[in-house]
Amino acid sequence: MADMTAISLPVEKSRPIVNVSERHEARVAWMLAAPAMILIILFIVAPVIAVITLGFTDFELGYSTFKFVGFENYAELFGDRTFRQSLWNTAIYTAIVAPASILLGLGVALLIESETVGRSFFRTAYFLPVASLLVAMATVWQYLLHPTIGPVNNLLNLIGLPGPNWLGSAGTVLYSLSMIGVWQTVGFNMILFLAGLTAIPRDLYSAAEIDGAKSSIDRFFLVTLPMLGPTTVFVTTISVINAVKVFETVKTLTEGGPNKASEVLLFTIYQEGFVYLRVGYASAMTVVFLAVLVVMMFAQYRLVDRKVHY
Amino acid sequence: MTQTFTLGRAIRLTLLSLGALIFLAPYIFMISTAGKGQSEIFTSSLSLIPTQFFYLENFAKAFGRVSMGTLLWNGVVVCGLIFVFQVVIAIPCAYAMAKLKFGAARLLMALVMLGLLVPIHATSLPLYVAFDSAALLNSYTALVAPFSISVFAIFLFLQFFRAMPDDLIHAARLDGMSELGIVMRVIVPNAWPAITAFAIFSVVAHWNDLYWPLIVVSNQAYATPPLGLLFFRAAEAGDDYGALMAATLIITLPLVAAFLLAQKRFVEGITMTGLKG
Repeated sequence: MADMTAISLPVEKSRPIVNVSERHEARVAWMLAAPAMILIILFIVAPVIAVITLGFTDFELGYSTFKFVGFENYAELFGDRTFRQSLWNTAIYTAIVAPASILLGLGVALLIESETVGRSFFRTAYFLPVASLLVAMATVWQYLLHPTIGPVNNLLNLIGLPGPNWLGSAGTVLYSLSMIGVWQTVGFNMILFLAGLTAIPRDLYSAAEIDGAKSSIDRFFLVTLPMLGPTTVFVTTISVINAVKVFETVKTLTEGGPNKASEVLLFTIYQEGFVYLRVGYASAMTVVFLAVLVVMMFAQYRLVDRKVHY
Repeated sequence: MTQTFTLGRAIRLTLLSLGALIFLAPYIFMISTAGKGQSEIFTSSLSLIPTQFFYLENFAKAFGRVSMGTLLWNGVVVCGLIFVFQVVIAIPCAYAMAKLKFGAARLLMALVMLGLLVPIHATSLPLYVAFDSAALLNSYTALVAPFSISVFAIFLFLQFFRAMPDDLIHAARLDGMSELGIVMRVIVPNAWPAITAFAIFSVVAHWNDLYWPLIVVSNQAYATPPLGLLFFRAAEAGDDYGALMAATLIITLPLVAAFLLAQKRFVEGITMTGLKG
């Protein structure tokens, strides 16, 4: 009972503390929490420990024996051109999709919030991609972006522009995938920003106006943006993490090609681990992937501590 | 003043409408192309209304190649089972953490926070090896088991339960209810907003998930909708976009229809859960 902490439990003041009933309460609590605890250990803790351990082995599925190879996998990763390409592509994809979907999400939310006509229609329209099966919509995009029969290129030809081979050429494929990624996530960010906007008290705007913020742009920078701080940090974290986890569109549309131009982190891990069955090597990649996630989460915590004043 | 107001508003509406058109374009073309014959798809992709209606043919092809019924059924079964397990396991745990005193609460909190960091992509390799050696690949068990525990559900319910008044629970205890009885008859009925929000989060996430089903399922009989669509694409030689669009339409429809019908709940659910993804 010594390790009661501020985060874990509300302090019960009114009840007289009786040792027996407290012990009974602890036992019941244990029973209620036990299934969850066992499953967390079974499906989260143990696999994470296993993946870190496997990262130091040369384990391949189908071979009965394996041996520990120290940091050999990590050394190989460092020189692996596919993996480096994959990290780089994931970084580019994230650098495009996260900021674009955050800014567009905020923009659309602001426009919808200040408009009175058709609010729910616009909200639905922008949100629809979030509720749609990504693999299916990726297929639709593949048709839209088809180099010869696709409507996008036909439209471009109509106004006399040459249509690129969007998903088929190494120069454009990553940008095409990014575009689909942005299309898919804007609505989600918009909903979160809309919720953030509604939570801003109206009187703050009138107060700002009295204080001399005459134009709506002034009021935006004085009131809206600072008040959206927590929402923005949250949206940013989710957007970045989701962008790093891009997989569905790549698997459906390009399989990492052409010529590894759309090879991304999760796809490379999938390929090494589940197609070539090099579990040890893929585990080392997974550890790098996990490290990226951990670093980003800590960055978010620090940002929340420092920057956001509510 | 009114002049600039109208101009600003016109610009705003134009921007919103143009954006909405771009966002909806894939759906418009999906519906249009699903009704076109092969030759029309190749010649005039910009006309939206098919000159000859090929809806029946294309839908027949879509239903013929891959059993769409099985796919949708698998999706419903897998998402349903996952959701039920998650809730049944997470709610008692969250209740214990929120309202009862016990030594392991702190450790559990640490485990939950750690779990929030770890997506299925990070645990899939060892889990795959384990399911493979237990001969459980290509089964509902493999599709459902890893998601039976949702630390996010625990986290969400924990926050919700903490806000519930203690008096409610004390009163139930005085009435002689057991702790499990309290969970089922006091906590759950009061937690519907959180449960609905979590249901939307969970179903959207698992209906759309491709990664894990792709790893553990190679048999079409257990394919979930996204995986089934991949199979369909593989079976579809060439560019039969009419049939392909018909298939995507069938598979996209259930969740989109659910969203259109329960929009308000969806939006509330997302604002509440942030759809961790």
